[in-house]
Amino acid sequence: MSNLKVIAPAPHFRSGENTSSIMLSVVAALIPAVVISFLVFGPRALLLEAVCVVASVFFEYLFRVLMCGRDNTIWDCSAIVTGLLLAFNLPVGIPLWMAVLGCAVAIIVTKQLFGGIGQNFANPAIVGRIFLLVSFGGRMTTWAAPNGYFGVDAVSGATPLAILKNPELGLKPLPDMLNMLLGIRGGSVGETCIVALLIGGVYLIWKKVITATTPVVFLATIAVLSLCFGLNPAYELVAGGAVLGAFFMATDYATSPVTESGKVIFALGCGIITMLIRAFASYPEGVSFSILLMNILTPHIDNLTRKKPFGGVVK
Amino acid sequence: MPSLFSKALNGVSVKHCKNTANSAAVRMPVPDKVVIPMIQHMGAPCEPLVKVKDTVTVGQLLGDTDAFLSAPIHSSVSGTVTAIEEFITPGGDKCKSVVITTDKLQTPCPDLAPPVVNSREDLIKAVRACGLVGLGGAGFPTHIKLNPKNLADVDTLVINGAECEPFITCDMRLMLERTASIVDGIKVVMKYLELTSCVIGIESNKPEAIAAMTEAVSGMENVRVLTMKALYPRGAEKVIIYEATGRVVEEGKLPADAGVIAMNVATISKLADYLKTGMPLVEKMLTVDGGAVAEPKNIIAPIGTAIKDMIAFCGGYKSEPKKLLMGGPMMGISVYSDDFPLLKNNNAILAFDEAQCRPVKESACIRCGRCLRACPFDLAPAAMDKAYHMGNVDKLRELKVNLCMECGCCSYVCPAHRELAMYNKLGKRLLREAK
Repeated sequence: MSNLKVIAPAPHFRSGENTSSIMLSVVAALIPAVVISFLVFGPRALLLEAVCVVASVFFEYLFRVLMCGRDNTIWDCSAIVTGLLLAFNLPVGIPLWMAVLGCAVAIIVTKQLFGGIGQNFANPAIVGRIFLLVSFGGRMTTWAAPNGYFGVDAVSGATPLAILKNPELGLKPLPDMLNMLLGIRGGSVGETCIVALLIGGVYLIWKKVITATTPVVFLATIAVLSLCFGLNPAYELVAGGAVLGAFFMATDYATSPVTESGKVIFALGCGIITMLIRAFASYPEGVSFSILLMNILTPHIDNLTRKKPFGGVVK
Repeated sequence: MPSLFSKALNGVSVKHCKNTANSAAVRMPVPDKVVIPMIQHMGAPCEPLVKVKDTVTVGQLLGDTDAFLSAPIHSSVSGTVTAIEEFITPGGDKCKSVVITTDKLQTPCPDLAPPVVNSREDLIKAVRACGLVGLGGAGFPTHIKLNPKNLADVDTLVINGAECEPFITCDMRLMLERTASIVDGIKVVMKYLELTSCVIGIESNKPEAIAAMTEAVSGMENVRVLTMKALYPRGAEKVIIYEATGRVVEEGKLPADAGVIAMNVATISKLADYLKTGMPLVEKMLTVDGGAVAEPKNIIAPIGTAIKDMIAFCGGYKSEPKKLLMGGPMMGISVYSDDFPLLKNNNAILAFDEAQCRPVKESACIRCGRCLRACPFDLAPAAMDKAYHMGNVDKLRELKVNLCMECGCCSYVCPAHRELAMYNKLGKRLLREAK
């Protein structure tokens, strides 16, 4: 036999988990919401999601390989997650070129210019959404009327939060709580069906991809603060993007704290900013702004909450 | 025991792969040749005391030194010294080695006699003469461990039967087959060091060993068996001390500073055997396993036996070995050749086949935090990786890279396959060099 062996540093055993398996778990967790988006908003929802995923993967490849000649990272599947999450945050009727532009901002500007996966300081999908919101405010708030699951009992096209925020406009009545949970309401493509998002979120916690800390604290803060501000906590929780944000956006690895205590601070901050925007600012929805603002604080939260090493002595 | 409210130390659930758990240890025949390196312990190398063409006997002193941190080395075979040559240890250190061609007679050294032990000084002298080192893997000279400066503060003996590394079962077999020796060793150490309690820590995946040890110590006051959760690395010294006593060995301190002496089951049983027979540490019970080995089993082999001879005794290779490990898969060292000899502190030889060593490609850290949740000592491996790559010594010091015991939990869980444990090791070196 030859005497040439593989020399490698210990450990020689690995858990078998890898970046793409984690990202694909997130994609799997988003599938229920994809299905519901088709039922509620029709085939265009699927088209929008497909376009965003393909565009995000394309921009990742374009920048990483064609423009910079660096390693090809599309197989880590993180661009798929970004594309899907951005699509979830858009109204179904948005022109596709705008969605593609949002993907470019998310992948190239927010992620790759800062060094690619793990290096970005802000959640790419959120920056993509906010970019589109401030650039094309009209199109980003033009909500198509949702269908019932089988094309019946359609309700108002305006988002419930907009209805709650501007009662003087005499918008159509609020959808009832059952329709809200099932996602039969106006809103972004992926945010409406609370049941589907909860299924995905619980799946991610069960698979240990995320911990329950961030979503629980985020949503609990919204509930408590809405009581303090005299708002209906049930509606505040289900009527906007809070559930989507709490389970899928605020738990983004790269842009949220790594320690559990840090996650508590982060989620608390997200909840407070969300409710301040909803209650006192001119925007009806504040989830994406709150997560973006807390993203910026993440490195500081990490430094503040670093654990004391076992047996470590302060010198 | 740690209090109910104190935090449990992290770790990772590894596949146990204890394939050889039912394989009673078999003594292998003496090989044609042994290579006995002059450093098989933590500390200074020994100087060879024999010359080429000398005839040696089993248990004869081959090498010794006056250095404080060291342990003498004995011949594991009888035969003729055929060479004294340079040897490169798996860790990369250079030392001399004594090559002996065996005569297969295994004539014991005529000078050997059971030591007379009437005091602690006698015991420590005897342990040094035995050449005993920590057989759990670290190879720390036992006579130094048993002679702490603050002996008056030491009250507890922790016996390590955790065997948390996958594949390895030799300590478990030892607890089943040499139960009496372990108990005798505990009695001797407790008596002469005047220790008041003893805890034997065993992972819950070895119920037979737990039962055997519990029965063996049932009549003994102040000795108890602690069943630990099978969560790697329960067998790491600081971890098992914490599990057994709730005490924390602080940075830069020794277990004795926490009032504890920790010894592996193999070390304590060898100590007892030496006191009875006077035969120093010349052979080792170990596990030979891995996908490329035809008949994995536990064997007793003379120190200095080449890996290939041990594997030949275990039916040889059944497929091309791609990786050879001295030790377990979590902390073992990969060696490039099966000519390497068995050392005192080896407890396993693993020959991995192709399927067991698929190369992994590193990718960027995704900040998932798995390494933080895995690290038993609550270090921040990803941050240390970054600091190491930026050459930031101050940051490495602040992050306490020096506390890393290189257990490998961080690398094990890393989804980006980053070699975090290796970067910690390199970071520690960077820190030492900067001082």
